[in-house]
Amino acid sequence: MVDPVIASRLQFALTTIVHIIFPVVSMGLAPFLLYFTWKDIRTGEPVYEQLRRFWTRIFAVSFVVGTVTGIVLEFEFGTNFAAFATTAGPLFGGPLAVEGMMAFMLEATFLGVFVFGRERVGDALYMISAVAVGLGTWLSAVWILIANSWMQMPRGYELVTRNGEQVIHLVDPIAAYATPRFFWMFVHMQNASVESVSLAMAGLSAYFVFKHHVWERPVDHVTFWETTLKIAVVGLLITAPLQVFHGDLYARHVYETQPQKFAAMEAVWETDSYVPEYLIAFPTSIESLLDPRAKEIFGIGIPGGASWLASGGDPQATIRGLEEFEGPQPPVAVVFWSFRIMVALGFWFVTLAFWSGYRWYRGELFADDLLHKALMASSPLGVLAVELGWVVTEVGRQPWIIQGVMKTSEGVSPGLTGAEATATLVGFAAAYLGLLTLYGYVITRLIRAGPPDRADLVTTAPTESEVAADD
Amino acid sequence: MTSVETLSSGPLFGLPLPDLWFGLLFFIFATFLFLDGFDFGVGALFVTREDAAEREQFLAAIGPFWDGNEVWLVVFGGALFAAFPPVYANLFSRHYLLMFAILGALLLRGLAPEMYEQRHDERWQRWWGRSFVAGSLATPFFLGLFTANWLLGSTALVTLPGVLVGLTVVALTVVDGVAFLRLKTRGDLRADLQADGYRALAAYLVLVVATLAGIYALAPSLRATMRSPLVLGLVGLTLVLAAAYALATRRNRYYLAFVAAAGLVFALVAVVAALLYPSVDPATGLTVEAAIVPTLSLNLMSIGAALLLPLVFVYFVVLYSAFSGPIEAEESY
Repeated sequence: MVDPVIASRLQFALTTIVHIIFPVVSMGLAPFLLYFTWKDIRTGEPVYEQLRRFWTRIFAVSFVVGTVTGIVLEFEFGTNFAAFATTAGPLFGGPLAVEGMMAFMLEATFLGVFVFGRERVGDALYMISAVAVGLGTWLSAVWILIANSWMQMPRGYELVTRNGEQVIHLVDPIAAYATPRFFWMFVHMQNASVESVSLAMAGLSAYFVFKHHVWERPVDHVTFWETTLKIAVVGLLITAPLQVFHGDLYARHVYETQPQKFAAMEAVWETDSYVPEYLIAFPTSIESLLDPRAKEIFGIGIPGGASWLASGGDPQATIRGLEEFEGPQPPVAVVFWSFRIMVALGFWFVTLAFWSGYRWYRGELFADDLLHKALMASSPLGVLAVELGWVVTEVGRQPWIIQGVMKTSEGVSPGLTGAEATATLVGFAAAYLGLLTLYGYVITRLIRAGPPDRADLVTTAPTESEVAADD
Repeated sequence: MTSVETLSSGPLFGLPLPDLWFGLLFFIFATFLFLDGFDFGVGALFVTREDAAEREQFLAAIGPFWDGNEVWLVVFGGALFAAFPPVYANLFSRHYLLMFAILGALLLRGLAPEMYEQRHDERWQRWWGRSFVAGSLATPFFLGLFTANWLLGSTALVTLPGVLVGLTVVALTVVDGVAFLRLKTRGDLRADLQADGYRALAAYLVLVVATLAGIYALAPSLRATMRSPLVLGLVGLTLVLAAAYALATRRNRYYLAFVAAAGLVFALVAVVAALLYPSVDPATGLTVEAAIVPTLSLNLMSIGAALLLPLVFVYFVVLYSAFSGPIEAEESY
């Protein structure tokens, strides 16, 4: 029997880690779908119709899985974190309710039109539905991140005793909901989604382009895959450098507002100035195996690097060490390594973007087999970087569920038993494993089937629905 | 910050916002139960069809709609959380395993149609067809169980009234599903469904009577409310709506039958709300006034809901008019 607090935390972590994949796919695909739809309507070129239809299917399947896993998350605040829900509800519940009414409704209703309605509605309404779906996915992120950023940077509230319990009352909505943290989180998350989808598209299309141009094997829909690759490279060229740029500004904001998290990201234990940016660090002893001690022992670091990054240019800047903060620390190793790998991936994506861009400029985008292999191998890494980013954000703020206000352990439902929590944790682990397998299987099948041929469309009209039948 | 001071000093326009939110909450729940209810009903009726083409038509009928319909549940959860946080927390954590049963059933129901269409071999479709039926029966049953436990302040997972309400809700979703499918189908299939509609309606009426009698016998605290003109009126309205449904079905007035089905769902949810009020959670004794969020949050949410919910109805009108009328023979999911 797992302790209900630990089981609840594991379960929430598991459900978020699995759920986030699908919003990333939806948010990242949204601008591409908008572009494909617009080009399809404007030019009528077959390749854009194929692009629209193919990626719409991927979107639709991802949306279904995203919906079922998202409802779970909303309910878990009530089932597993009832104390948090009671305390923070007057301030925290609002954004969730508005997310449902403003964003999810928009996305879910117009998705019906977008997926099934090409033959049923006119061009204008069809385009509107594409915009509505895209807007819905992005607005969802706005409201969820407003709620989350408040937990990271609580403002605009007061603690009041009501019905015998301490509750958080909203007093200044602008301060509470429009935190600077929200801005950085949103920019970083949206850009990461588009970047991740660009990478996945690039890797996938590189496979077919590689097979056709380098291996000279027969490949269906060569133009389709070549166009996909080019569009993905454009997406990557825009998003990859931006991600590093605002990632840096975001980290600086964390240094100012959540120094404990920043110290964990850098594994700085003692307050110091001229702190190096360690690329690798090792624990001091076997007992502290899980605590990288950046300072005391062997490590590879750039002198003054961490101070320079934290302050935005001053290598002498002081970083407050973990030992200055009372009470339990976040698991430093998890935060330290997640942050490092995420940043390394970010730089790797910039390399890929420029490499692809250069080859394209030289007219060799379809000929560089090493590039194709690199893209193929990097296909899932964008999503991995997003996951690691969330690990830094959420694990890094532990032990707080609301930074400096409420501990995660205090937020768990008081009546929850270990047996109940363990039962659902095991159930979720099994169900989500099955769900991911199923999702992978379906996506693979869709990719194997490839884009629909235009010739099919003409002979068996009205086939929008028929082709959607294979969704 | 004068505007914030105005918003936190008193309710907007002096409206009784806590009571309005109590009403709105049940309105949202009823909307969910009506809209997703026909999806559940279609799922339950799926088991009665052996023919592959007919099954395809059932799936095609709900294809564009069910996602949007299900969002009403998310909005219900969000609204409960935002308006009555202690109720949301207490209710959901108290019914811990039941909530996850609902989620599991919904997951099955949501995935099944999508998966059913992924492959066209018999084994695959047989299993996903079964999942679809199971999810579509289990979700309304668990929701009914949850609602009964909520209303009666029960902390036990399974209770006799809970099971009765669960079955009642299942029967109601089938009534609803028949009304929807008769809008979306043609010919023999449409004619066949008529009998299913009568059977489901009869089952619903029997179960409603049994449930009300059971609650009357087992929950003395609710007896006075049950004899109130409002509740008696709603029960009377249910009988009128049931007659209208049967008559409209018989005369092939499809839209009228669909509207009557909606009326039945709203009447049932209204009975639950009437029996609860002025409490929102009998188990903890929290009343609407004690559980509602403070004025500033409430006013902001009310402004949000007043702006957004009409917009949501526009989306639904667009969606339902884009896919109005029976599905064409070639159309499938």
